[in-house]
Amino acid sequence: MSQDPGVWTVLLAIFAGAIRVSTPFLFVSLGECLTEKSGRVNLGLEGTLIFGAMSAYATAYTTGSPWLGVLVAGFAGLSLGVLHGLLCNLPRINDVAVGIALMLFGTGLAFFFGKPFIQPAAPRLPGIPLGDWTGNTAIASALDINPLFFVGGALAWIMAWGFKTTRWGLIVRMVGDSAAAARAMGYSLGRVRLICTALGGFLSGIGGSFLSLSYPGSWNEGLSSGQGLIAVALVIFARWNPLRCFVAALLFGGAGALGPALQSIGVSQGYYLFNAAPYILTLLIMIVSVSPKRSLKDAPSELSITR
Amino acid sequence: MAVRLDRWRTRSEYVVVPLGALLVSALLFSLFLWALGKSPTDFFALIWRGGFGTWFSLQNALLRAAPLILTALCVALPARLGLVIIGGEGALVIGGLACAIVVLPIAGVWPGWAVMLLMALVAALAGGVWIGLIGALRAFRGVNETIAGLLMVYIAIAILNFSVEGPFRDPASQNKPSTFPLPHEAMVGPIPGLEIHWGLIVGALLCVGFYILIDHTTIGFAARVTGGNMRAAKTQGLPVGKLIVGFSMLAGAAAGLAGFFEVAAIHGRANASLAAGYGFTGILVAFLARHNPLAILPVALLFGGIAASGGLIQRRMGLPDATVLLMQGVIFVTLLASETLYGRLPFFRPADQRSTVQ
Repeated sequence: MSQDPGVWTVLLAIFAGAIRVSTPFLFVSLGECLTEKSGRVNLGLEGTLIFGAMSAYATAYTTGSPWLGVLVAGFAGLSLGVLHGLLCNLPRINDVAVGIALMLFGTGLAFFFGKPFIQPAAPRLPGIPLGDWTGNTAIASALDINPLFFVGGALAWIMAWGFKTTRWGLIVRMVGDSAAAARAMGYSLGRVRLICTALGGFLSGIGGSFLSLSYPGSWNEGLSSGQGLIAVALVIFARWNPLRCFVAALLFGGAGALGPALQSIGVSQGYYLFNAAPYILTLLIMIVSVSPKRSLKDAPSELSITR
Repeated sequence: MAVRLDRWRTRSEYVVVPLGALLVSALLFSLFLWALGKSPTDFFALIWRGGFGTWFSLQNALLRAAPLILTALCVALPARLGLVIIGGEGALVIGGLACAIVVLPIAGVWPGWAVMLLMALVAALAGGVWIGLIGALRAFRGVNETIAGLLMVYIAIAILNFSVEGPFRDPASQNKPSTFPLPHEAMVGPIPGLEIHWGLIVGALLCVGFYILIDHTTIGFAARVTGGNMRAAKTQGLPVGKLIVGFSMLAGAAAGLAGFFEVAAIHGRANASLAAGYGFTGILVAFLARHNPLAILPVALLFGGIAASGGLIQRRMGLPDATVLLMQGVIFVTLLASETLYGRLPFFRPADQRSTVQ
């Protein structure tokens, strides 16, 4: 082993951080992946994430049950998703603009109702202690993984399988790729997209509950700071594939964990710039993963943001 | 006569529908307040008193309208080319930070007016490059400008925090890390007789200037063609890429100037107060003004007044400070829902077409 404990501490912290930080990314990007597969984009998931985080925290604090908080956060996200889906089903409505409006609306709702919950401490979601057998506290705390991470991972597999092999997956893909074909087959575009946007909101709400109930595990107004937005950008990078969303979320979790990990061993120089790493990385990845010459490979062709 | 009346009738749709959306959102928000056991009439009376009713509150509203005009222009100009760039908050922050830094070596050396001019230019340039970069990424790489713009907001705030915590920190600023304060002669004073700084006048002039640029010049015509159909504009041989980058830079320069006025007329230094959300309220102002620079002026005043009354509402009604934010969200959602009405209300059609409802 290395003589320098600093390197191992940082690597362990990045590993543990990658898993913790990636979970909200994972849920939001899976939700956005589902929505975009149906040919619609919801840029408002940042607001959904924040609203979900607040609802989860408020519920956990008042009822004492963090898992009930997760459920309530899901339904809070679902309601914002339904609102987005219904508005975009009206003619002449731009889904990008509605997303921006819902981002402000969701944030406003969360800040309005979340004020009384900034101080009190709500019960947190328990993790699964996978590392206790090692007897090493650092490793044990790194392997204390929240069950939602595994749920998200399983969901990525299920969604990938579902898109590929199930009838429902085929309908969603058809609605996203060719409105004309879907109409000819007699499917209602509006209804399929409404369901996909609503479920996408549900997943984002759950992602928010992880932020407030597990890591960082408290509620304040700067809690998300753009994570929902990054997750939306990740879907483009992941080329609308749930499994690649999982990998991308882990990658971003690692990038997000870099700043706190370095700070934990006393490197505090440029802390704020390390905090900017995920945003810069997202931007760079967007720049390299798109091309001006052709429309994106694997992109649902009804999608407004890639046309 | 009848033809002219018909023209007014069809045009009034673009005023009546947004006003109707404002009214509906006021009703929705009243219902919401009523459900919470708060009095909606008190609420709107307080907005009137805190934002418009007295000379003092009106000046307060105008003071807040100035950055809103400039950040709304930052959304409206690219929107006329069909781009949704909503990163004005980032350009404001970068502009404010850049001018607070550039002043450090020249303060006291250069005359006051020259310092001020240089600061304004640097702020406009920094904001212009910031948003211009987003435009260039869109035009030449095909990067989605909405997501890129929002990401750049977070990057701008990170750069601001890094600068005021580290290399440019005034050691005397303990509670709120800031840059060194501006020398007195570099501060922008009020308009004579008022307590409002010159940013309002600059914003109003820019609105008129951009209105002329967009509606009465060939460049503006090319921009509007691009906004109508980008592919057709390219086929026609219009320099779409240059237009996008140019208009994005102008837009960013406006937001950068907002940052300059916030630093040089309000705060006297750059710190986290720069990211006060003017960039985000500016998005709503631009959408409500339908991206028309002249319409931005009254809409910015309205939201300046609402923002100015926020403190009063908070104290008198015991509502959280996010009340204004939530109301803006409700207005925004209602406004976008109202877009579906265009062309579907028979009242706004010329007389001879009114009977042929779709």
